Amino acid sequence: MDTPYPQNQDTGVSAVAGQKTRSTLSLSLRVNGHVRALRVEPCVTLLDLLREQLRLTGPKKGCDHGQCGACTVLVDGKRINSCLKLAVTLDGTSITTIEGIGADGALDPLQQAFIERDAFQCGYCTPGQICSAKALLNENVARTRDEVREWMSGNLCRCGAYGNITDAVMDVLQSNPGAQP
Amino acid sequence: MTPFDFARADTPAQAAQLAMAAGASAKTRVAHPSRFLAGGTNLVDLMKDDVERPELVIDINRLALSAIEELPDGGLRLGALATNADTARHALVAERYPLLASAILAGASPQLRNAATNGGNLNQRTRCYYFYDTAAACNKREPGSGCGAIGGVTRIHAILGATEQCIATHPSDMCVALAALDAQVHVTGPQGSRVIPFADYHRLPGDEPQRDNTLHVAELVTAIDVPPADFGRHTTYLKLRDRLSYAFALVSVAAAMRVDANGVISDARVALGGVAPKPWRVPAAEALLEQATASRELFSRVAERLLQGAVSQGDNGFKIELARRAIVRALTQAAEGRPQSQSDKRIA
Repeated sequence: MDTPYPQNQDTGVSAVAGQKTRSTLSLSLRVNGHVRALRVEPCVTLLDLLREQLRLTGPKKGCDHGQCGACTVLVDGKRINSCLKLAVTLDGTSITTIEGIGADGALDPLQQAFIERDAFQCGYCTPGQICSAKALLNENVARTRDEVREWMSGNLCRCGAYGNITDAVMDVLQSNPGAQP
Repeated sequence: MTPFDFARADTPAQAAQLAMAAGASAKTRVAHPSRFLAGGTNLVDLMKDDVERPELVIDINRLALSAIEELPDGGLRLGALATNADTARHALVAERYPLLASAILAGASPQLRNAATNGGNLNQRTRCYYFYDTAAACNKREPGSGCGAIGGVTRIHAILGATEQCIATHPSDMCVALAALDAQVHVTGPQGSRVIPFADYHRLPGDEPQRDNTLHVAELVTAIDVPPADFGRHTTYLKLRDRLSYAFALVSVAAAMRVDANGVISDARVALGGVAPKPWRVPAAEALLEQATASRELFSRVAERLLQGAVSQGDNGFKIELARRAIVRALTQAAEGRPQSQSDKRIA
């Protein structure tokens, strides 16, 4: 598989506590349900690993500084900015990207709601928006429109589809009557 | 990002040992050639911009410092590696320290709070544009190089505690609440462990603007203790910024007080964020509230005292009046037991 990073003489070792290294480290991640044995240099972010090594280009490199949310993925079910996380610190975790949410012909309710509510224009921020909204539903923190807007504020949309994004998230929230804030 | 060596520590002692060894074999003359990596939300960002160029990054994520525990005296111990999100939503934090939960939730975004840790929140660097711009002079980034901010674009800069060497602010919301709550910072390092009162943790720039805090070389934050608090609903975190969410404070106010059945105030605390190199408290201002009853006139006097010595750098003069009004409003909210909501943005 192509990788844009110059690979050192590949030792394939795991990080050993207390010992420093600049070489490639081995890493095991479960990505969208599949266990992947990987080798990365310490400087590689989760976002670059996903996009460049695993060719999962759903997570977007918008700002690369944790300011836009386009790179949002779930790590062990929690949403984070994948651009700010060094992959070597995530050994043994489970990653979900937009590619792991829904399937052709069986969209996730959030994906369906985004379509029905026209919750995107260019679509660039949408994978991050949906991953973020997926986590929001699990967190049980938002019930009202104000709360949804606040808890989706880590995802910018430069087309300005915020109103429709909020509508889409509210649709799914309200179809889950069991959820408590 | 400048290439770096990577090491993982499994214990605080191992982390300190790695940092000390890196110091002994430093190739550059920087004081701290190594950096501890926890959530990474600030450090990785700074490394991408070459503002931070550590020779060694020490991954401390496996240290057993994620717990949030009740202390025998009724206070809480917040593990340095507990995330900001887990801290804000912890039942004991939400129940006993709504001021702290509110301040955490006023900061950053859900994604960042899920990764950012409590120790990292304390140790995050300023968001001064000139600190981030490696082409600009900055005494905090490059001691002795000057300050590009002075005479530059200063909308976000300090009105209190600045010097001719540095006018940067500390960006944290959480720390403003921790300052108001008289938290204590537990640290450990090559010389052993010690406890630093929150007011002494962050420092004013003085002659060493590169030092944001009073940590020694290779010292690591292990926990933050919050003493018992009995303010009931009489707390608030009021944050004013350029957009409704996901922005650093122009001015923020953490206020807490006890109010008895006759409306008499005691044990009042007021801390300011966004206006100084560290969370800003003035004991003499808080003393004005002791055994007094709420009034706009009283709160105005408290604001005047808190802002005594405030100066404009040019673009940030508006912060002085904004802070004055924010202090009066926050004290009113706290006195009336109407904490500011962090989702309904209308100011209570």
